[in-house]
Amino acid sequence: MAQSKRAIVTGGTRGIGRAIVKELASRSCCGVLFSDVAFVYNSCEECVEEIRQEIKSPETRIFALKADASSYEDAEATVAEAIQKLGGVDILVNNAGITRDNLLLRMTPEEFDTVINVNLRSVYNYTRAVIRHMIKQRYGRIVNISSVVGLIGNPGQANYAASKAGIIGFTKSAAREFASRGITVNAVAPGFIDTEMTRQLNEKQRETLIQNIPLKRLGTPEDVARVVAFLCSDDAEYITGQVINVDGGMVMS
Amino acid sequence: MSLEEKVRDIIVDKLGVAPEKVKPEAHFIDDLGADSLDTVELVMAFEEEFNVEIPDDDAQQITTVKSAVDYLGKKIGE
Repeated sequence: MAQSKRAIVTGGTRGIGRAIVKELASRSCCGVLFSDVAFVYNSCEECVEEIRQEIKSPETRIFALKADASSYEDAEATVAEAIQKLGGVDILVNNAGITRDNLLLRMTPEEFDTVINVNLRSVYNYTRAVIRHMIKQRYGRIVNISSVVGLIGNPGQANYAASKAGIIGFTKSAAREFASRGITVNAVAPGFIDTEMTRQLNEKQRETLIQNIPLKRLGTPEDVARVVAFLCSDDAEYITGQVINVDGGMVMS
Repeated sequence: MSLEEKVRDIIVDKLGVAPEKVKPEAHFIDDLGADSLDTVELVMAFEEEFNVEIPDDDAQQITTVKSAVDYLGKKIGE
């Protein structure tokens, strides 16, 4: 069996993050067995046990670490703990994200800052915390979860869109900075994925959105997780600085 | 092993240069072909080898072999 990898995933208890944790922990293909995952979470205590139950591979070690992704100090401590438990780190998936939707006319500074801090600042926090280790071992895979909203915008989501577009700029800069050290950095931009986050929309909004998706269905968290797992695998070693849309064809660039 | 020798070995290892090129006046970027990330890595390696913490402001002053030896000498109180 190929060597196992060690992954840290932020925002791992729900939605896309949860699917990523499960995919990385269970997947055994492409010459890589992803065995050990430390995920960072800030809400949903009961989800932690559920995830453990859902992951069927007994050899996989799963660690749950509670932290506020927007806190630099939390990130340093959490990554140090994760590295100690995993015995190193090969993969970082920056997935933690929230929405505070509001029309710009009503959006408060607090709503703007909270979203930027959790969604964008966290990407800096965790990348900064793992990069030393990855540079030293001359290997690393970083995947940042952006959004098609970061590419095309969305009314009521100026804060969210700004954070997700920011992630793309961050991804490309980091990809250039660390390419010479065997570290790839990519972003995945999900479209309309069926998670708690998008269930806030009403039936009519959902119908309208689906009309604009060529593949005529919502995405699943697993649709996204499989692409993330691919980008983390050695099969994707020649891909860096890219934004891969997983959106049923909603946005074609 | 003397401080100079330890520093030289780290530079040889990190930058992949011949030991005889690591002269005191040699500049990491201009003479030894380092890029900016290499210089950060060098400082990280010094920190580890000599068990010291080198603040960013100090790190930026370490640009040549001699400046590294001098700085580390002072830092570890030799």
